[in-house]
Amino acid sequence: MENIIAEYIKEGRSEAWRAELRKSMKAKERTSLERVQMPEQEPLVRNKNIVEVNLGITEQMAVAEAHRCLDCPQPTCTIGCPVGINIPKFIKKIESKDFLGAAATIKETNALPAVCGRVCPQEKQCELNCFYTDKLHATPIAIGHLERFAADYERNSGKMNIPDIAEPNGIKVAVVGSGPSGLAAAGDLAKFGYDVTVFEALHEIGGVLKYGIPEFRLPNDIVDVEIENMRKMGIKFRTDFIVGKTASFEELRARGFKAFFVGSGAGLPRFMNIPGENYNGIFSSNEYLTRVNLMKAAHEDYDTPVLAGKNVAVVGGGNTAMDSVRTSKRLGAKRSMIIYRRSLEEMPARLEEVHHAMAEDIEFMNLHNPVEYFADENGRVNKMRVQKMELGEPDASGRRRPIPIEGSEFDIDVDTVVVAVGVSPNPIVPSSLKDLKMTDWGTIVVNKDTMQSSIPDIFAGGDIVRGGATVILAMGDGRKAAVGMHQYIQEKVKAN
Amino acid sequence: MNKIVEMEFFSENVAKIVLEAPDIANSRKAGHFVIIRLDEKGERIPLTIADGDPEKGTITLVVQKVGVTSAKLLAMKAGEEILDVVGPLGHATHIEKFGTVLCAGGGVGVAPMLPIIKALKEAGNKVISVLAGRTKELIILEDEVKKHSDEVIIMTDDGSYGKKGLVTAGMEDVIQREKVNKAFVIGPAIMMKFGSLTTKKYNIPTDVSLNTIMVDGTGMCGACRVSVGGKTKFVCVDGPEFDAFQVNWDEMMMRMGAYKTQEHEAYEKYLKTVETVA
Repeated sequence: MENIIAEYIKEGRSEAWRAELRKSMKAKERTSLERVQMPEQEPLVRNKNIVEVNLGITEQMAVAEAHRCLDCPQPTCTIGCPVGINIPKFIKKIESKDFLGAAATIKETNALPAVCGRVCPQEKQCELNCFYTDKLHATPIAIGHLERFAADYERNSGKMNIPDIAEPNGIKVAVVGSGPSGLAAAGDLAKFGYDVTVFEALHEIGGVLKYGIPEFRLPNDIVDVEIENMRKMGIKFRTDFIVGKTASFEELRARGFKAFFVGSGAGLPRFMNIPGENYNGIFSSNEYLTRVNLMKAAHEDYDTPVLAGKNVAVVGGGNTAMDSVRTSKRLGAKRSMIIYRRSLEEMPARLEEVHHAMAEDIEFMNLHNPVEYFADENGRVNKMRVQKMELGEPDASGRRRPIPIEGSEFDIDVDTVVVAVGVSPNPIVPSSLKDLKMTDWGTIVVNKDTMQSSIPDIFAGGDIVRGGATVILAMGDGRKAAVGMHQYIQEKVKAN
Repeated sequence: MNKIVEMEFFSENVAKIVLEAPDIANSRKAGHFVIIRLDEKGERIPLTIADGDPEKGTITLVVQKVGVTSAKLLAMKAGEEILDVVGPLGHATHIEKFGTVLCAGGGVGVAPMLPIIKALKEAGNKVISVLAGRTKELIILEDEVKKHSDEVIIMTDDGSYGKKGLVTAGMEDVIQREKVNKAFVIGPAIMMKFGSLTTKKYNIPTDVSLNTIMVDGTGMCGACRVSVGGKTKFVCVDGPEFDAFQVNWDEMMMRMGAYKTQEHEAYEKYLKTVETVA
């Protein structure tokens, strides 16, 4: 797959318009330009509403930013992209003001550009590998902001481009789970000409994009537009359907499905197993965010309730922890805190989310870890006991290991606690397949090149294989699996 | 969309609902439950499946009016549609030939018990069922239970039907009289707690089916968590049936009251809107 991507990136650079554009401005002039700043809502206004924090860059800003890009002969940025977006090509399309062309370029390899432009950890991927970061030790091209711009421009133009699709081959394939990996797989399988059905357990399509990531970071409308686009590609969606429960794989094979992609996610929250963790008012981040995002619990006219809380502690330092703590503020909390056992430096959350949270009046209690919870007479949590931590030698993850400081415990008043310390793979699909090879951690074992599992017609990717990663890595898996499934089916077809 | 095919009221607040759900009707077994959402603004609630007909493509639920969603559901009519029904969820009941099995169902708990009784009988067990309710009109599915049981004992708190007394009295009578190898107790949490205290006295292995608060029902949220044998379990994916002697009943009852205030307020509000419409 890497070779295919490299070839794909290379072609096109020598086209006349690109060469012309490169010559139109000196490299020195390009590198002297300042990186664009994403306009955002005022922190103390936005922490009381659920409107998107980042407002998006204007056409002028996008074109100016695109001028910074040197259109390198060896575009290292692309190495950092799990779905292999042709980054220099789409940026140069923006520079030449062909915004729709830019969007079409992204969509050649990425089914969800408006989503990725918003939630990808660019600072760890494309932007980390940008020539500016790498060689000039300067701020990288704002690739994420430009991606978002192109996708938003296309959506707002009303001229959504439907990717080219191969002649329909009438072969049925199933995608299990409609999160990022499933949608990416479905998009590519449809492009190859397959008759794709996506099965989703919940009542809405989108998986974590809908139940997990909050409105202020990724509006549901934007996800819906991308899904609508996929429907136009001929992809069928079936909600309220749990493969392995509602119908078994065997039954679906009997209904004509020739191969399956399982992207059922890491939908099983972890708790810390400390005393008092089952008191009322203590939620998993999945529950807290699902109530608010999917079930719209904060809306007066929706039936699902949520315990809003005045003093809210969120345990963890990942994106989900940031989403939860910022949500609590928006639900009216007086005090919203992050309780994280390592220091700011080790925090796995996207940098932008940490900065946004800090500006929104979120307290960070780093190097602290909860050890016990206490409750009132009704069983509602009212206090948490935390212990101070210090950092030791690096552990297997490469991050410095947190070590408890004996005798440093103290209590904090809380009425709501959100535990965001990670997730495990959802057990439903694997438990329905006895022969499926699994790891000790409950993830599905796959061939890393084809994403094929130990059962030949079942492929898998995303968190059910990785055990908790990012939207874009899941999408990369979905794309790889689509190629693997295509090869598998074609070989079988030829054999028959 | 799932069409309501039939709606039959057992009493003012309890009704049997037959729903179109072909895939679920085909794959369900005793012990499974579904999650339903009535409409776009509705909440997701779990309901245990009482029966199913794969040929007609229907499942049967028995619902008691306890809050906004159940009240809205019972106000619906045959022919109307429920927006979302997903399942079958949870593990199916572990059925084998135990010997003599005591099945104690309280109130609407008799509904999820019915498929278990059927399956136990089919597996060759001697099934003695105890149906309990506060008063005569709250005894449900008596004929269906009779059809698949070797003996049925009815208990009402007020003595308006069957024997006067609590479910535990009826259970004790049977246990005193003959050897019981296995018990299933399903009903309100408090009934399951005391029912299983009764069987524990005689060391009769007992399973209960828990109906906790849930959101997704697929293991994703953990709202349904409960301590079983000192370990946190998710009712939706680890249950819904557990060894009764390992369940931390007090914690479970505490957790079921988590939204008491909100539920009460919402119900009051709902009743007002219904009155205004009427």
